Amino acid sequence: MSNEIELIKDPGLPAHVHRRADTDPKAAARAERQVATLFILSALGTVLLVYSYLFVDEDIFFFIPVLGDTNAHQLGLGMGMAIALFCIGAGLIHWAKTLMPDEEVIAQRHEFKSEDEDREDFVKTVKAGAAAAGLGRRPLIKRTLGAALGLSAISPVLLLGDLGPLPGNKLKTTSWKKGTRLVTDPGDRPLRPEDLEVGAVAQTLPAIAPGEHRSLNDIGKDAVLLIRLRPEEFNLDAERLSWTYEGIIAFSKICSHMGCAVALYEQQTKHLLCPCHQSTFDVTRAAKVIFGPSARPLPQLPITIDTEGYLVAQAPFNEPVGPSFWERSK
Amino acid sequence: MTARERIAGNVAGYVDDRTGAAKWMKKNLTKVFPDHWSFLLGEICLYSFVILLLSGTFLTFWFDPSMREVIYEGSYEPLKGLEMSAAYASTLDISFEVRGGLLMRQIHHWAALIFMVGIVVHLMRVYFTGAFRKPREFNWIIGVGLLTLGIVEGFLGYSLPDDLLSGTGIRIAEAIIQALPVVGSYLAFFAFGGAFPGVAFIPRIYTVHVLLLPAIFLALITVHLMLVWYQKHTQFPGPGRTEKNVVGYPLMPVYMAKAGGFFFIVFGVTAFLGAVASINPIWLYGPYTPGQVSAGSQPDWYMGWLDGLVRMAPPIETVTFGYTISWNILIPGLILPGIMFTALALYPFIESWANGDKREHHLLDRPRNAPTRTAIGAMALTFTLVTLLNGGNDIIATTFDLTINQMMWFSRIGVIVLPPLAYVITKRLCLSLQRADRDLVLHGRETGRLVRMPSGEFVEIHEPISAEKAWLLTSHEQLAPLELPEHDGGGVRRPGAIKNKIRNRISRSMATAVPKATQTERQELEGHH
Repeated sequence: MSNEIELIKDPGLPAHVHRRADTDPKAAARAERQVATLFILSALGTVLLVYSYLFVDEDIFFFIPVLGDTNAHQLGLGMGMAIALFCIGAGLIHWAKTLMPDEEVIAQRHEFKSEDEDREDFVKTVKAGAAAAGLGRRPLIKRTLGAALGLSAISPVLLLGDLGPLPGNKLKTTSWKKGTRLVTDPGDRPLRPEDLEVGAVAQTLPAIAPGEHRSLNDIGKDAVLLIRLRPEEFNLDAERLSWTYEGIIAFSKICSHMGCAVALYEQQTKHLLCPCHQSTFDVTRAAKVIFGPSARPLPQLPITIDTEGYLVAQAPFNEPVGPSFWERSK
Repeated sequence: MTARERIAGNVAGYVDDRTGAAKWMKKNLTKVFPDHWSFLLGEICLYSFVILLLSGTFLTFWFDPSMREVIYEGSYEPLKGLEMSAAYASTLDISFEVRGGLLMRQIHHWAALIFMVGIVVHLMRVYFTGAFRKPREFNWIIGVGLLTLGIVEGFLGYSLPDDLLSGTGIRIAEAIIQALPVVGSYLAFFAFGGAFPGVAFIPRIYTVHVLLLPAIFLALITVHLMLVWYQKHTQFPGPGRTEKNVVGYPLMPVYMAKAGGFFFIVFGVTAFLGAVASINPIWLYGPYTPGQVSAGSQPDWYMGWLDGLVRMAPPIETVTFGYTISWNILIPGLILPGIMFTALALYPFIESWANGDKREHHLLDRPRNAPTRTAIGAMALTFTLVTLLNGGNDIIATTFDLTINQMMWFSRIGVIVLPPLAYVITKRLCLSLQRADRDLVLHGRETGRLVRMPSGEFVEIHEPISAEKAWLLTSHEQLAPLELPEHDGGGVRRPGAIKNKIRNRISRSMATAVPKATQTERQELEGHH
């Protein structure tokens, strides 16, 4: 039964329908004029570009609905260029569509596979070539060549060795030491506890000697957020509580997830939020992670005051700051 | 013979005398290309790549890829007197001092976005129509390579200005490198010439961005196009179109004019965007410093899915024998993307393994006629879309008055639940469309004209569809499922039985179809009416 089923047949390419421009000389002339108009428009675009470059001042702004305040120089250059290029393209395509031949052409395809004979010859050639080289018969050459090639890969790897120093303990240490003053960033002013009201936040860095320069590498490890709460709001063990001073607590500002600056503090909930991946840390519970992808709390900097009443570090950070790495806990 | 024809003849003769190219040129100048709007998507990628080369070269004349600290003294008042890197300062100069510099920067950035959109949509076209099948698997792999490199190249490009936003992106990239087991911190120190951010990274990625990757792009694009040329373009099914022919227009003059014109159109549109649509206004972000970040930090869209994956990862980190492994970074940042891109690259081989089809294909599939493939595609797109949405979860949360937690939980659950759902729905939709095609062929088009019969019965008049349309709806082939033996004659399991069982299952799923209408059925129905 199944071999009697007749499928629907291919009716073949439909008859070609001529365009108006193919049959009506007037329509063809009209299309030609349209193409020429587009090319003239393009030329005008270039004129606009040249005029804007030479004669429009760079500080003229004017208001355009939707776009807002717009710089006339920039807009003139850009629109001139856009019109010049777009109209060339539109003209070319209009030309191709209305005036160039639009009768479909049929080309034949051929299977890519070569004739069986050619294939056999090809395989034979490869085999003959390999046999002539005689690699299979000379294992000594094969093995020493393999070893030499393998070893030669060492040179590019080795020569890239000076790309950077070894990490050493740089990922584990910061500039904070016992007694380092916390200074404001920016401003480099040392802080006293009374400078911070309850609920306030301050971004701080370790104090540096006058004339010394602080590199971005330092800031990337040393940035510290100071937050002041009422002491009874903390929910900390005795050790952690001893690292705070009169309700002021200090955390590394570098996220324990991927190292962004944990810059958002929500005063109501006392949560710190990293704007990169939304890890959320609870300030009252030693920056415990309460949401988001970070797996560790922010390192806490133990603080106290020095003899002059300025806030200082009691000790360096209790653990490496920033994102995790293989030998972090070693 | 006119003077012009004589000159054309002389030029052709001059070239042929020295290259013997006449035969090749004769054949290739009249090469036939099929016409379809979706075949322009790849062209958009090619043209935006050319625009990127042109505008990028312009930018290099002024850009200073150095992290040397300078004091800004340009004309942008809010940043005057600030310390910043020479890279950032020179980007400000391009934007404010160089005439047309801002336009070129914006054209460059818009062209990069269009390049990536073009690649992704082109990839979707190739996937959903089955254009990747034999003999075009190589070109599919090259395409996946171009997509991957495009993501890297784009990321490096927007990282160069060293503004607060891009520096944050580099910080995240560094954290991913640092999270690699065993070698992470060493690789990070090699890449950055020491601790983050150091002073080496921007000049290094500059070389990669303007020299190394563009050269690889150029090579891959050349091979990609040569293969399209040599293998001839695929075509959609239709009357007169077969596996053995190409129906279309000749290269010269029609495609030269159309493709050349399209380049100018793409360039014109990109210039228009550069003129009116502000993109990456780095002067608003300020210079990079690791201690600051702005709320709502977002990567460019083609990195958004990756950022979204990282955001939704559960907070898992393990310490074994004192060594830390950050699963919350490795899984979303490396392992999942690795699996996704490998699966994408291998798809043509997986499909032909599963349905046993090893023949050449030059006629494209209508997506509905390959329901399983279409459903897998919809599933992958849904997955990517959920992760992309989560990459903007903070923006979406503030825009729609949601909490960040709601957004994150929606994505965490959605990324697991929605893709299979998309698979099932898409497959059903495809089969429904097949059924609709079948009905259309057998019963014709509903005219909306109701006729009352003498018996009082109301019937709607159906008009038969054209022979061309009927062919289009039935010309596809419906593969039978594989029937690989799982048992030998005696009922004992054969070696490889499990593999065969899996293949049988997948191929059965791929062969699910509504039987297409046949002429026999049509005639039988006519007899009834």
